[in-house]
Amino acid sequence: MAADTSIWQRIGFHRSFGVAEAGWGRTLAVAGVSFVYFLPVLFIIFTAIKPQALALSVPPTLSPTSLFGLIPDQFVFTPTLENFSSVFSRVMTGGGQPEPTGFDRFFFNSIVIASASVLLALVLGTLAAYGFSRYPLKGNDTYLFIILTTRMLPAIVVIIPVILMFRAVGLSGSYLGIILLYTAFNLAFTIWMMKSFFDELSTDVEDAARIDGSSGTRVFFRICLPQVVAGLAATFVFGLILTWNEFLFALLVTGPDTRTVPVAMNQAVSSGGRGTDWTLLAAIETLFLIPVFLVTFFLQEHLLRGVTFGTVRK
Amino acid sequence: MSVMPPVPVPSLRTSPTLLEISADNWRLASLVGVVVSALAVAALPADVAFWIVGVMVALVAAAFVVNAYRRRYYGGLLVSPAIAVLFAMNIFPLLWSLGLSFFAYQSNRQSIWFVGLNNYIKVLTNDIAAADNWHALINTGMFVVLTVSAQMTVGFMLAMLFAKQFPLRKYLLILVLTPMMLSVVASGVFFTYYYDPTFGVLSYVINSIAGGQFILMDSKAGAVAGIVFADAWMWSPFVMLLVLAGLVSVPKYLYEAAAIDRVSAWRRFWTITFPYIRGLLMLALLFRTIEAFKLADLVILLTKGGNDTMTISYHLIRIANEQNKTSEGAAISYIMLFMVIVLTNLYLYLANRRTRES
Repeated sequence: MAADTSIWQRIGFHRSFGVAEAGWGRTLAVAGVSFVYFLPVLFIIFTAIKPQALALSVPPTLSPTSLFGLIPDQFVFTPTLENFSSVFSRVMTGGGQPEPTGFDRFFFNSIVIASASVLLALVLGTLAAYGFSRYPLKGNDTYLFIILTTRMLPAIVVIIPVILMFRAVGLSGSYLGIILLYTAFNLAFTIWMMKSFFDELSTDVEDAARIDGSSGTRVFFRICLPQVVAGLAATFVFGLILTWNEFLFALLVTGPDTRTVPVAMNQAVSSGGRGTDWTLLAAIETLFLIPVFLVTFFLQEHLLRGVTFGTVRK
Repeated sequence: MSVMPPVPVPSLRTSPTLLEISADNWRLASLVGVVVSALAVAALPADVAFWIVGVMVALVAAAFVVNAYRRRYYGGLLVSPAIAVLFAMNIFPLLWSLGLSFFAYQSNRQSIWFVGLNNYIKVLTNDIAAADNWHALINTGMFVVLTVSAQMTVGFMLAMLFAKQFPLRKYLLILVLTPMMLSVVASGVFFTYYYDPTFGVLSYVINSIAGGQFILMDSKAGAVAGIVFADAWMWSPFVMLLVLAGLVSVPKYLYEAAAIDRVSAWRRFWTITFPYIRGLLMLALLFRTIEAFKLADLVILLTKGGNDTMTISYHLIRIANEQNKTSEGAAISYIMLFMVIVLTNLYLYLANRRTRES
């Protein structure tokens, strides 16, 4: 430590010039921004643990604790877990017994459909992206652009022929149908994203390996794929998030057995003609957020590790 | 670009002649496929014929795959599974609806007849229908410019905040990423609550500061601001994550060299950082623009198209789904597709020119 370091620098508040790591000063600043950004989500989570009667109170109740007297009593509510249990079973008709809502099935459906289709898209899309990047076809850019156009039309236009097609083949209401549809839905993004990662890699190492007699398969699995793990993680996260929350295809193509949570959520909160059931909606959304939140959190390390691991770049 | 590696290529097989029985004879397979399919469709009941055609398609595909493998068309081999899925689930339905746009067809009626370009002429020039279409299109253009620029700016600034390593970074990053993970149904409905003039948080804050009743959704400007804010809040993390992936991939030694040479921050950004994030910025811009053109769900949830916030996508849902005018809807969407294609091509052209210059 140099003699002129101040107390601020010692506890981490030092200016960095893009080389050193930023310290706790940066953490504080970013924490402020992140907290404000997160507030609307926090409000939804708090609504999920609010008593139903307080959902639309004026002034709005904001916090389950008074934070040692920091928050005035009128903004504080007593937390409850009732809303979470009413996601899975609740009284449907006046004065009746609680009935199961089938939401356990819908959560299972969402997990199966989203993970299967994103993984399938990742496998097919990565192979295709590698092909487009390393073995360019005649009219390579045209193919890529046609693939991109599949994302440009509003879903409503594609969905009518898809419904007719699925009825003819017997795929409507089945897992396979919606999984294939979502795979195609994810492919365009997967291919473009993975191609941009493959394009960034230097081909020197690959060429050297080929000259030494490595087969094409070996070059792909041993040299290229390990360098784009960050890209795979990022693509997986994006695909998962988009598929997880997709609404229109799921509404029109899934049957009662294969219904996903966004569709069921929409039906659950607006049924009965009593207007939005705020606490129920918040409870479903909070539960629905957990899986995708955890996946993103655990893949984050890969997301941020960077595209290359010290290998030569172009 | 990648140079084809100088691998010693063993002599390639010669193509089989037309009638030779061989696994890679795709000409024979196609011929047999077309003949058998045609016979099956003509002579057998539809459900049997359907499966025979399916088997024939598989046969032809298998012949093409074996052929590509034996002749080392690896590019074709690698991309074909993805193309096959895209063709069945996206391109084929797209072509189908393109076909529908030349017919007069309503999904709640049986009749269908050919009208050529009449649907296009109608949606572009008809006295009653066209005015709404043009208006919705102009609104969409406004939303595209506002939401995409807001997302790119906020996303880029967030990425710069997170670019360096600091304590607790991963926990703070996940907080910022969460809005993107919410279901549009839930976040849209909750934004109606935040904006609500009686119960909402926003109104409560403004009312208690300024006094009087504050209604955000009262005017067009307020309604647009509300929608743009909600959309930008949800999707800025998308831009941020892409930009961040580029930022962390910049090799540290470049910054170290720049620090030794005392390069200014501005120059350091343009000469070191920017080249690494340019491609990903482009990708973010491309996909957010495409998605912004399709903006409908938030508008449905927040304003139901009121206060002059109708977008072309929502208008399309109304026409195709609620009014059952399938072929008119298809025509509008192809006009829209044409515009998006022109715009994205412009992007890609500019991006490629920048790459060539540098």
